[in-house]
Amino acid sequence: MTATVTPRRRKSGPGPAVMLLVGLFVLLMTIFIIGPLVWLGLHAFSESWSYPNLLPSSWTMRWWQVVLSDKSLGVAVQNSLFFAPMTVLLSSIICLPAAYAFARHEFWGRRTFLIGLFATNAFPKMGLFVTIASLFYALNLMNTITGVLIIHILGTVVFMTWIPAAAFAAVPRSLEEAARDAGASKLRVLTSVTLPMAFPGILVAMVMSFLASFDEAQGTYLVGAPVFMTMPTQMYSLVLNYPNQVAAVFSILLAIPSVALMTAAHKHIAGGHLAEGFQIK
Amino acid sequence: MTLFSTRDETEVSTTTEPALGGAPAGDGGNRAASGEGLTVRGLHKVLGGRTIIDNLDLQVNEGELVSLLGPSGCGKTTTLRMIAGFLDPDGGSIQVNGREVSHLGAEKRPSAMVFQNYALWPHMTVFKNVAFPLKLRKRPKKEIEERVDAVLELVNLLHHKQSRPARISGGEQQRVALARALVQEPQLLLLDEPLSNLDAKLRVKVREDIRGIQQRLGITTVIVTHDQEEAMSISDRIAVMNAGKIEQFSTPADLYARPRTEFVATFVGSLNRFEGSYRDGRISDGSDVVGVRPEDVKFSREPVPGSLPAVVERVVPRGHFQELFLRREDALLRSFASGESPAVGEAGHALITRAMTFRGDQRVDADQPVNGGQA
Repeated sequence: MTATVTPRRRKSGPGPAVMLLVGLFVLLMTIFIIGPLVWLGLHAFSESWSYPNLLPSSWTMRWWQVVLSDKSLGVAVQNSLFFAPMTVLLSSIICLPAAYAFARHEFWGRRTFLIGLFATNAFPKMGLFVTIASLFYALNLMNTITGVLIIHILGTVVFMTWIPAAAFAAVPRSLEEAARDAGASKLRVLTSVTLPMAFPGILVAMVMSFLASFDEAQGTYLVGAPVFMTMPTQMYSLVLNYPNQVAAVFSILLAIPSVALMTAAHKHIAGGHLAEGFQIK
Repeated sequence: MTLFSTRDETEVSTTTEPALGGAPAGDGGNRAASGEGLTVRGLHKVLGGRTIIDNLDLQVNEGELVSLLGPSGCGKTTTLRMIAGFLDPDGGSIQVNGREVSHLGAEKRPSAMVFQNYALWPHMTVFKNVAFPLKLRKRPKKEIEERVDAVLELVNLLHHKQSRPARISGGEQQRVALARALVQEPQLLLLDEPLSNLDAKLRVKVREDIRGIQQRLGITTVIVTHDQEEAMSISDRIAVMNAGKIEQFSTPADLYARPRTEFVATFVGSLNRFEGSYRDGRISDGSDVVGVRPEDVKFSREPVPGSLPAVVERVVPRGHFQELFLRREDALLRSFASGESPAVGEAGHALITRAMTFRGDQRVDADQPVNGGQA
């Protein structure tokens, strides 16, 4: 290890003060990110764990049984696995064409619309949801699948538009022109050149939308509960009604799709072929 | 090679039409009436209130390679993009082999373009890049493979078939772009500054390659360039463009020897330029512009008829020749000289064998070499 460190220092690397700060930063990150996860992991398997003890006094799988055998939790998992993909799908259908338009066309009010998309994120969520709820009552959307989907899609509009718009804009026009020149129709240019090249960016947006939808609790609780309980909304009742350990188990379950998704998408996102293969002066 | 045989077939089918048969290329503009090649008439484009292309006419014969040469902003790329179909002209007609194409989109035109930045698709291999146009035409798989192989062999890139564009050099990317255009067997090949992203040495090699392939396939070609040397060395004819117009359209040798305007004279080749007038081998006061090619200035130690005494002010070695700066009583002349170079400060005689006179940008002298004696 030292052998690899020494030559790096010789190349007039960062001074000791900087190294110390970086080290401190990494340590803090570890404590704040890994720490809670460790706590969750331990809790999920502990019989009881109280303050002065460094580790739980005894271990058990009981909480997992409780969670996995609970009917309402199973339904919540099902609901989450329905709403999140549906949200991504519908949000893509709505937002990707908009993103393409923002990237490729100059139209009246373009900037205003683009900035306006942030409005959904600019106000306190709860206030927004309360107003939406009164609107939904009037439209008979309370406790409906449509209502919950609308809430979820609202939360994804910003990244489903902004990130793909940037990805579309990064596709050089000459690559699209070359495809037209080769004889491709406008649609074919889109499917053969523009979409594949913008794909990494679109994928990022889709993953973020999936996670946002998967984690959405406030609006879903307001609009969907008690008919449509998703995993995060079920969390609320769990935290309130069960011992800590059940919440820990549930958190871990809640994290599984996110981690799985990130791992699967990682390869495509890190591929970065957007910058390859064409020369720009 | 499949590439050639299929091309021959199309040639046969076109000649069975009532159009005139294919005479050998490069015999001037006398085949314009047959409508073969590219015919541009009255092309006009206004962008943002500025006239970019001003009523432009251009006739490129079948099998001919024509360069659009001019400084940046002269409208040469705009012209090419209108021919390719990426830009709608405000007026005028564009005909390829007698067929009007100006109303067609780029994907429907019989032309293929090589882009300045090559515009290869980075998510496809070299093979897939070149095969894409054929895939769009729904050719059978076997035919696609054969034709792509043939064209990759033509540009000498068969070994990079499965490489990604990012993994090959700039010169190779250039050739892939060329292959992708050639595989379409276009009736018209368009190249937009094809060499500007290559280093100097490669540029010479690739331009020879392009010329060689163009000659072998006999493909009608238009190249946009700002590099006069490049244009001179590969073109059958050059259209020198300035401010949206073609100033002169002629063979490289003719452009150089008989420029019709001052702009062409200065843009193509090197020129001694003086404000004044030219008479009896000397430059005197006047309101015209006199241009003298450096190779039309001869330095000698002994006086010759028509020469004036001159002193060598500077000698710039240029490899196989020298550039001499000669101070005469009427002007400071640059001269290209080969052989033994005179020393700086040496006195001798300088003779102008040929000069051009321009008035209001137009050439006004009778185009005759001045015979002030035998130099």
